Amino acid sequence: MLAALRCVIYRDLLLAVRRSSDVLTVLLFFVIVVSLFPLGVGPDPALLRTIAPGVIWVAALLASMLALNRMFASDHADGTLEQMLLGATPLGMTVAAKILAHWVISGLPLVLISPVLALQFDFPREFLWTLTLSLAFGTPVLSLIGAIGAALTLGLRGAGALLSLLVLPLYVPVLIIGAGAADAAVSGLGGQAQLLLLGALLVFAGAFAPWAAAVALRISTE
Amino acid sequence: MGKIAGTSSLQAVDLHCVRGERKLFGALNFTLRSGELLRIAGANGSGKTSLLRIACGLLEPTRGEVRWGGKDIRRLQEEFWRQLVYVGHANSIKDDLTATENLHVACTLAGVPRQAAQIGEALRRLGLAGCENLPARVLSQGQRRRVALARLALSKGAPLWILDEPFAALDAAAVEHVQDLIAEQLSRGAAVILTTHLEARITAAAALRIDLEAT
Repeated sequence: MLAALRCVIYRDLLLAVRRSSDVLTVLLFFVIVVSLFPLGVGPDPALLRTIAPGVIWVAALLASMLALNRMFASDHADGTLEQMLLGATPLGMTVAAKILAHWVISGLPLVLISPVLALQFDFPREFLWTLTLSLAFGTPVLSLIGAIGAALTLGLRGAGALLSLLVLPLYVPVLIIGAGAADAAVSGLGGQAQLLLLGALLVFAGAFAPWAAAVALRISTE
Repeated sequence: MGKIAGTSSLQAVDLHCVRGERKLFGALNFTLRSGELLRIAGANGSGKTSLLRIACGLLEPTRGEVRWGGKDIRRLQEEFWRQLVYVGHANSIKDDLTATENLHVACTLAGVPRQAAQIGEALRRLGLAGCENLPARVLSQGQRRRVALARLALSKGAPLWILDEPFAALDAAAVEHVQDLIAEQLSRGAAVILTTHLEARITAAAALRIDLEAT
């Protein structure tokens, strides 16, 4: 079974390498959206410092939405999804492997580049790690929750818009806690409480979301 | 040729299928034992693919159930799927992967990992020598179908094959190869279900036929 999971992760990463434009689109979208804010609200350092965590988090949310459509759609179109549904591995595990690969492709690059973007906002350097950690805990949760939405809207007309309507409200708690972590750190309260909460959310979503997505996949491929 | 151990019979009990408003078939019963071939005939839209998808467990029948060795396949799940090879309408091939990589992934997912040498041999058997390391996107429609069907040559231990239009897009030589593969598998004691518009010449101990328009 582990061989099958390794194989799914390897396959998805290999596909991402061969279609690297898909990965770059998400990353560039994130960079551009974040960079638009200083241009839009003006160069007041105090204001930029205040809005930095929120802006970076909202941009990460939108960027991860952008990548969600592709999580199952291409596998559905070419029939490889059917082979996963009929695989020897429980579907929930296969879906978990796919979500992990999806996060490595679309979430991890955002986490890694976020400290650089935060510097654009003159975000205090000593708190950069809180912001990065909050994204490191938060973006996998976004992928996990998004997988359920992507599975539910698979094969529907206008799936993209529907997916946003379905999933963005569910992202709200992650956004509030995630952006709150960096805010709390800057205001001297320490972001540990929020980071722990994000960690708890991650464990919870990691345990349940793949199975929910698996059930949704079975329903939407009927 | 070694017999497959642990074969069971596939049994359809009172299957009904309604898609949308349309009733495709109702009260369908059949039993497929080891070594038997079931050919499903019918015009386009008569529910052949739906019946195959129900037999695989991809689609829930409106009423009735499919049993493998006497147990409902919806309860068996992975236990049933481990013994099944399904080649559907879609080729289940990733355009960006090579033929070898595609088969490697398919076999690993099915729980029977294969070495590159075995995969190469299966591809050669289907007449794809020299295409092993080409990305699937440059292959023709018929060649892609051959890659999908090369899975059959790698799944000789599976007691049940379900094939949806296996001969579509194939040339005469490839049809011949695939018919041989199916006949060999039947002689090993596996059961095979297929839909086809061709009058397939496959030697089987027992050949059943279901005509969906007649039901």
